[in-house]
Amino acid sequence: MDVLGNYKSVISARSTDKDITKKSQDGGIITTLFAYALEEGIIDGAIVAGPSNEPWRPEPMVATTKAELLAAAGTRYTISPNLYLIKEATRSYGLDRVGIVGVPCQIQAVRKAQLYPIGMRDVDDKIALALGIYCMENLSYQALEAIVEDHCNQKMESVKKMDIGKGKFTVYTERGAVSQMPLKLIHKYVQPGCNVCLDYVANLADISSGSVGSPDGWSTVFVRSMKGNAVWDGAMAAGLFETKPIDQVKPGLDLVKKLATEKITKNQKTVDARKTIGLKADGTPKGLRNPYESP
Amino acid sequence: MIPAASQPQNKPEVKPEAKPAATEPQTKPKAKPEVKTARSKPHRRPEGKPEVKPEAKPAATKAQEKPAVKPSDVIVKEKVEVVQKEEKPVAEKISIGELHLSGCTGCLVTIADNYEGLFKLLDDYADLVYALTLVDTRHVPEMDVCLVEGSCCLNDKLSVEELKEAREKSKVLVAYGACAAYGNITRFCRGGQWNQPGHEAFVPISEVVDVDLYIPSCPPCPQEVRNVAVMAYLLLKGNEEQKALATAYLTPLMQLAKRGNEACGCDLMYDVINQGLCMGCGTCAGTCPVRAITMEYGKPNVNRDQCIKCGACYSQCPRSWFNFDVMNNYEGIMDAIKGAMQ
Repeated sequence: MDVLGNYKSVISARSTDKDITKKSQDGGIITTLFAYALEEGIIDGAIVAGPSNEPWRPEPMVATTKAELLAAAGTRYTISPNLYLIKEATRSYGLDRVGIVGVPCQIQAVRKAQLYPIGMRDVDDKIALALGIYCMENLSYQALEAIVEDHCNQKMESVKKMDIGKGKFTVYTERGAVSQMPLKLIHKYVQPGCNVCLDYVANLADISSGSVGSPDGWSTVFVRSMKGNAVWDGAMAAGLFETKPIDQVKPGLDLVKKLATEKITKNQKTVDARKTIGLKADGTPKGLRNPYESP
Repeated sequence: MIPAASQPQNKPEVKPEAKPAATEPQTKPKAKPEVKTARSKPHRRPEGKPEVKPEAKPAATKAQEKPAVKPSDVIVKEKVEVVQKEEKPVAEKISIGELHLSGCTGCLVTIADNYEGLFKLLDDYADLVYALTLVDTRHVPEMDVCLVEGSCCLNDKLSVEELKEAREKSKVLVAYGACAAYGNITRFCRGGQWNQPGHEAFVPISEVVDVDLYIPSCPPCPQEVRNVAVMAYLLLKGNEEQKALATAYLTPLMQLAKRGNEACGCDLMYDVINQGLCMGCGTCAGTCPVRAITMEYGKPNVNRDQCIKCGACYSQCPRSWFNFDVMNNYEGIMDAIKGAMQ
């Protein structure tokens, strides 16, 4: 499979809903698609990264209204364990058609839960829409705190928006201050589990979206599966997105491909290096566990 | 052919009874055929009501001898439909049995939790040749796939013997459910329980016999049993391409069987977090059947007293294994399984 995965179409898009683009990270693709899917009854609810009692710490929540979706809009640069709710959504929440958003590894987990539903009773046919977001690497909450408070010197609760782009991590505060740090300084804080990830643009999602490749305020959208295609076509027909052909925007698909290749090449090296990281008594290398080979 | 001969003679009498029977065959016969093939000799006489279907066979032979009373005529009608449906697929089906050792029967119930899917499986893909309460066969028969439920009690000679017999007589032996695979809740047994206080030594079946494949979790998922059954069918009866797919699908479950028979929430620490593989997706916490796992700041935290050692969290974790050759075709495989079940 190509580094960008299988897809039916790729396009640069932006939501036409001003309520959403006001709060969204970039083009408001995920929020708009879920709002549309809720409205149309394609999903009964969506598992999203909702607010918690700590600033910028996401907590998985089941959103069943547009207001709840809006409360969860925008990127938090730390993991939200959305899969935590995947079975619960079909139980206590009673959803028959579940939407879920996640970074690539989480979409992988969704597909594994569908193909190998070992402990995921009655879940496989209830995943109605799995939306993926691009992800280079992720941070623990404490790491994000260190970056914002130590490196950028801003309090978590005063931050209005965080963004990654053009090689910088940027923090915007409520009072208008802007702090930046070079992205490469972040690497030491990255979760080790992210270094063996071989997926950048959520290859297994129904639709995946992210800012890379499109101008500011726009997102690059991959429509991948039959399901995703139907939802995308419906949302387009409803006039929910304005779009530009991907080959007519800057920086374009090449950048997505470049970053995807970079990530996968780098992480494949890590996976390979793990195989020979140690030393056996006979002088041959000793390896760590490789999830891509066996459990 | 048989009804053609017998029907006209008794038509007026049959009619009132035939109506309920006409609606029934749509649902019921689907479930029944396998049960019947398993029954070697249904002895009871067909004097009862027509809805007692298992008696269809003797009723049919009787009817030929002397075209008789109304109820048995109705049965004749049903019988023919059942046999015709059954005859074609039978030759291509695989045979599956369930050996019940020290378990709670939740695994067996899980098979039935496929609802109408079970009928489809039994109609087209698999004969259930051995199972507690579902099949009237006393002794472990020859079978393609044997699902073993429950751990093996070493104090119970029969358990050990039957387990060995099942290994001998089956092509693929599956540790079906967490007790068989990992011991699960029976790991905590200290003996002294009614009505066999002497029974206290329970081991995962792989302590006694070689096991080919694991289906962990407590209880296992009906959908996973279905997937494994369809894949086992493809493996044993399919063409080359289907065999390749089934092999790829079943490989990780076979590797699980090689990995060992000890499972615990601690696996998440030992084999995922400690190995630098966890990225905090939340799957383990969502999977745990006893809710022993919570996500604390992006990583699983296991309440180890609450853990029943079922192995679901680890085997469901995308970083326990992730086989791209299968996962990248998730859409096609899910469609194929869905298609196979229609």
